[in-house]
Amino acid sequence: MKLSAFTRGKKAKLAGATVLFALAAVFPLQAQVTLTGVGATFPAPIYQKWFNDYQSVDSNVQINYQAIGSGAGIGNVTQGVVDFGASDGPMTDEQMAAYKKSHGFGILHFPTVLGAAVPTYNIPGVTGSLKFTPEVLAGIYLGQIKKWNDSKLAQLNPGAHLPNLDIVVVHRSDGSGTTYIWTDYLSKVSPEWKSKVGRNTSVRWPVGLGGKGNDGVAGIIKGQKGSIGYVELIYAIKSHLDYGMIKNTSGNFVKASLSSVTAAAAGIDMPADFRVSITDASGANAYPVSSFTWLLVPSEIKDPAKRKAMVGFLKWAITKGQDEVESLDYAKLPSTVVSKEESAIGKIK
Amino acid sequence: MASPTVTAPDIPRPHARSLLERLRGGDTITYLVTLICAIAILAIVVLIVGELWMHSQPTIKKFGFGFLVSSEWNPNSGQFGALPFIYGTCVTSALALVVSIPIGVFAAIFLAEMAPPGISTVLTFLIELLAAVPSVIYGLMGIFVLVPLIREYLAPILSSAFGYLPVFSGPFYGVSFLSAGLVLAVMVVPFIISVSREVLLAVPVDQREAALALGATKWETTWQVVLPNASTGIIGSVFLALARALGETMAVTMVVGNTPNISASLFSPGYSIAAVIANEFSEATGDLYISSLIFLGLVLFGLTIVINGLARILIMATTQRRA
Repeated sequence: MKLSAFTRGKKAKLAGATVLFALAAVFPLQAQVTLTGVGATFPAPIYQKWFNDYQSVDSNVQINYQAIGSGAGIGNVTQGVVDFGASDGPMTDEQMAAYKKSHGFGILHFPTVLGAAVPTYNIPGVTGSLKFTPEVLAGIYLGQIKKWNDSKLAQLNPGAHLPNLDIVVVHRSDGSGTTYIWTDYLSKVSPEWKSKVGRNTSVRWPVGLGGKGNDGVAGIIKGQKGSIGYVELIYAIKSHLDYGMIKNTSGNFVKASLSSVTAAAAGIDMPADFRVSITDASGANAYPVSSFTWLLVPSEIKDPAKRKAMVGFLKWAITKGQDEVESLDYAKLPSTVVSKEESAIGKIK
Repeated sequence: MASPTVTAPDIPRPHARSLLERLRGGDTITYLVTLICAIAILAIVVLIVGELWMHSQPTIKKFGFGFLVSSEWNPNSGQFGALPFIYGTCVTSALALVVSIPIGVFAAIFLAEMAPPGISTVLTFLIELLAAVPSVIYGLMGIFVLVPLIREYLAPILSSAFGYLPVFSGPFYGVSFLSAGLVLAVMVVPFIISVSREVLLAVPVDQREAALALGATKWETTWQVVLPNASTGIIGSVFLALARALGETMAVTMVVGNTPNISASLFSPGYSIAAVIANEFSEATGDLYISSLIFLGLVLFGLTIVINGLARILIMATTQRRA
C-alpha cells in the first residue's frame, strides 16, 4: 500500500500513542487505591462531590459509590463485599452483633452530614409557613385530625384562613431514610404513634396515600388540594415548596434551615459510637426533625494502603469537606461532633 | 441386497449415513441448536422459579400459605400478608382489560375493514409506535395528564351518577385503582390493536365476499363472519395485554396510591404486587422482609399462570361448545 510521507507520519504517531496508552493502562505510574462503597441515596450528591474533590487532595485514591439504599449499604458491608457502607439510619444492636459475629471485629459509624424532613402542603388560599405542634402532626398522621379548619390547627394559625377541607395525608411508599426520621420523631412525641406504628424505613401507615420518592410525594401534593406530606429539606429548597414550622422542645416554632438543623445536632449528648437519633432535639433554635447520615466503616482494615486512604478521606471529609456541603444544601456537622469524630477515626486499626 | 448384473461404477449406493456425515449435512445441527435454544428458555424459567422458591423459605416457614390470605403488611412488626397486593393487581388489570378490549377491537376493525388505505397505514404506524413507549412515560402522563382529567371530569360524573354503587363510592383523591386501571388501559390498547388488526386482515377475502354476496351489510359481515374467524388471534392479543398489565410496575406505582387497601370502590387508593416490590425491595432489611417480597414475586408468577390457564380453559370450553 502506497503511503505518502504525511500519512506514514500520522500512522506512526497513532501507533505510538496507542502503545503508550496501553502501557499506561497496564502499568499505572503510581499505585492506585480503590475503595468501594454502597448505601443511602440521601447523601449521594455530596458523597460524589467529595470523592471527586478528594482526588485533588490525594490523587492515588479512587472511591466509588453506588447509591442503592441504606438497607443495601448495611447488608453489603456486613457481607464484606464493599469497603464501606452508608446509611441514613444507624445500625441496630442486632445488626452490629451480626457484623461482629461474621467478621470478628466491630463496625464504626461516622456521621458525615445532616438532613431534615419538612412538612409541605397544598391548601387553597394558604401560602407561607403554617405552624404545627408535635401533637398536631401526630394527630394528622394518625387520622385523628381530619379537617384543615380543626380547632387545634386554627388556634395555632389564627392568621391563615384554613378552609373546611379534608386533610389528605401523603407519605413515602418506598423505604427511605426520610420516613425513618419522620416516624422516629412521631414515635418520640406520641406514645400512641409509637405503639400503633413505630419507627422504620417502611411502616404500616394508619392513613394516607403513598408516593414513590420525594418527587412522588410532591407530585401528589401538587395535584391534590388539602394534602400534606413530608419531603427532604433539600428537595423542598430546590423545588421552592412552601413548608411549615414545627414547635421544638424549647417551645419555639422553627422552620427547617441549614442552621436550625446543625443546631439540632449541637444540642445532643453524643454517645461514643455516634449512633444517636437527634429528632426532637433540645436547643432554642433546633429543628426537631433532623438527622445525621452515617458512613459505616469496619474498625479493622487489613490492607494498609486502603486503611491509610480511608482514614485520610474521613479526616478530610469532616474538616475541609464540610466547607462544600452547604452549597448542595446539606447542613454541616457541629464542631463538637467533628472533634469527637477526629479521635474516633484514630480507632481504625 | 443383490447387486444388479450391470452397474455403472460411479452411482453412489444408498447406505446408512454415519454421525459425521449427518452432522455435515446440517439438519442434525439445526435440530440440536434449535432444541438447545428452546430448552434454554425453559431452563431459565425453571431456574427463576427455583430461586424464588428457595429465597422465599423464611416467609413460607413462618406464615405458610396463610400469607396469601392475610391482609396485614407491617414491616415494623414483622407481619406480612399478600392479599391487598393480589387484589390490587387483579382489579387494576381487570379494569384495564374491560376498558381496552372494546376500544382496541373496534379500533382494529376500523383499521382493517373500514378505513381508507392511506389513513389506515398512518394510524397503524402511530399506534405501533405507542407500544414502544417506555412505561415510565406512561406513568408521568398518568400523573400529569390523566389523573387531573379524571379528577376534574370523570370522577364527579361517576360519583353523581353512580355514587350509590359501592364500586364508585367514597372520595376521590386522584391516585386510585381507577387511575391505575385507566393508565394500564392506555398502555395495553396498542398491543390489542396491532395484533387484532393483523389477524383481521388475515381472514380470507372469500369469507367476506361470501357473506356480502348473501346480502349481509358491512357490519353484519364484520360481526358475524370476520370476527369469529379472527377470534383466536384477538384472544391471543388479549393475553399479551393481560401479561403486560399484570407485570406493569412504574406506571402503576406512580398513580395507584401505594396503600395496601382492599376496597370495593375504584376511587380508593390501592397497591399492586409489582409496585410494592419496586418500592420496598431496595431498603428492605431482615430475612423475613426480603423473603416476603420475593414470595410476592413468586405469587405474581403463579397468578399469571393461573389466570392464563383459566382463560385458556374457558376458551377451549366455549369453542368446543360452538363446534
